[in-house]
Amino acid sequence: MGSKENEIDNIKKFSLELRKNILEMAFSAGASSAHLGGALSIVEIVAVLFSFKMKLNENPEWNERDRFILSKGHACLAYYAALCEKGYINKEDLKTFEKDDSNLLGHPVINKKLGIDFSNGSLGMGLSLGIGVAISLMKKKKNNNVFVVLGDGECNEGSVWEAAMAASHFRLKNLYAIIDNNSFQQTGSNENIMNTGSLKKKWESFGWDTVELDGHDVDQLHSFFQSNNTSDKPKAIVAKTVKGKGFSFSENNNDWHHSVLTKSLYETALKELKLIK
Amino acid sequence: MIINDRNIKMWSTIGSRATFGIAALELAKEVENLMVLTCDVSTSAGLDRYRKTFPEKYLDLGIAEQNMIGVASGLSSEGFNVVTTTFAPFQTIRCCEQIKVNIGYMKQKVCMVGIGSGLALGTLGYTHCCIEDIGVLRSIPEISIISPADSLETVKALDAAVKSDKSCYIRLTGASNNPIVYEKDYKFEIGKSIKLREGKDLTIFCSGSMVSNSLLAAKILEQKKISAKVVNVHTIKPIDKKAIDEACSTKLIVTVEEHNIIGGLGSAVSEYKSLLPSSPQQLFLGIKDNYSKGGTYKFLQEKHRLSPEKIVEDILNSYSKING
Repeated sequence: MGSKENEIDNIKKFSLELRKNILEMAFSAGASSAHLGGALSIVEIVAVLFSFKMKLNENPEWNERDRFILSKGHACLAYYAALCEKGYINKEDLKTFEKDDSNLLGHPVINKKLGIDFSNGSLGMGLSLGIGVAISLMKKKKNNNVFVVLGDGECNEGSVWEAAMAASHFRLKNLYAIIDNNSFQQTGSNENIMNTGSLKKKWESFGWDTVELDGHDVDQLHSFFQSNNTSDKPKAIVAKTVKGKGFSFSENNNDWHHSVLTKSLYETALKELKLIK
Repeated sequence: MIINDRNIKMWSTIGSRATFGIAALELAKEVENLMVLTCDVSTSAGLDRYRKTFPEKYLDLGIAEQNMIGVASGLSSEGFNVVTTTFAPFQTIRCCEQIKVNIGYMKQKVCMVGIGSGLALGTLGYTHCCIEDIGVLRSIPEISIISPADSLETVKALDAAVKSDKSCYIRLTGASNNPIVYEKDYKFEIGKSIKLREGKDLTIFCSGSMVSNSLLAAKILEQKKISAKVVNVHTIKPIDKKAIDEACSTKLIVTVEEHNIIGGLGSAVSEYKSLLPSSPQQLFLGIKDNYSKGGTYKFLQEKHRLSPEKIVEDILNSYSKING
């Protein structure tokens, strides 16, 4: 690792590349639509994991790698974007997103050669998988970590709490749950659809070492993930985020949960990333 | 696993689910990466000795079946050979979508064991009986379904399923004092049914607890000069097509199962049989798509016309119409 400034700068650059890849995929998906909002809200989270925190190398099937599970599978644009930046998915292949016979569907499909360890998409299942993997790694005496990204809307699912209870019961200190708390779910705000209340208090009360931070603030994310947390509890990060983060038309606009990126909006987005004038 | 007269009798006395616990204990000595997962049912599944002997190969997830399937799949993806068990309704239908996504769609290899399936827990009501598990799981690709005929076959099925590369659901029926179908060791192969009795007039395809009742029914039929072939279809998926081809030389095919007649063994047989240019009529014996009032195991077998005598009555009724 380099200096703190370099590390933070790298995460920011990685985030920019993710947003560019996400735009390319969403645009090429055309009329089939893309889950843009929830992918954009996890960009910095995915960036800090894939470019800084996680132990990875050029081989997606490397036995010593840290494990990543995108439990909110509909945010796969950010996942595929990161796998592309790691060299596991070809840039050209991103254009096959949601196309016939593609490896890159609208929810992740297990494909270890591409770095996708599990299929996800049906909400409330990823954390249980993470527990199984975390227990396996401990049994094998490996000091790898498991990172699971969940949505706040996903926390409506009862199975999330079955898993939350079990992870602290088994004292899985190698398990991280990062909750993308963008405050929206498919058809409205959390508050209107199903009020989650304080997610921080809920995860804490389930026995997790819990922090709340700004999920777009790279300094905060870097600071959390570089610290040496010696707690024997599983770790929960309630990341306060903005759905659709990065583009004026999509931020906090829940129409972008799943929508079509037109050519003009695509060009607007590129301008906002300062990629075209 | 030592298979001898004494053990066969003992396993029969304790029933298939306690036998499962003993079989798991023996397998754990041999299979290094075995993990057995339960949902607060270790005693019911005969696993008390197992969990004390192999605490490192045992995980109790509490009363949380959806989580159990996810955890099982995570362990499987990291190379563990995983067996899960709880009562059949909770092992299958409660966590059905987790089974679909993790074990079916993702092909994570897990062996699931549903204890107390069928009608054996009838005094507890239909929350605890399971007459739907085969139908539900048969519609999910990538999972074999086995329904052992007796306690020895439970041992054989678990051994085969743990050593197979493919996911499997083992459906345990019967109670304690489980009738013995197999008095000595035999060759068990997933997907290959076993002819237990020759017969030229009709064929009875049966599975689980109904194998013993069907053999008794065939004996009664013999006294009435009707020769019934009895085939133990221990594997319901994949169904043994060759056995169905062979049954077409008899005049009637009867399927007998302690399951809803929709979705189970009868459906599996008829799905293949309907592809054949000519085949005999089929009589579906099982639970006729209803939830009756509960009661003891024997009472419910009678009520659903699954006792040997009732099986005979229904077969005679159909056979007499065919045979003029």
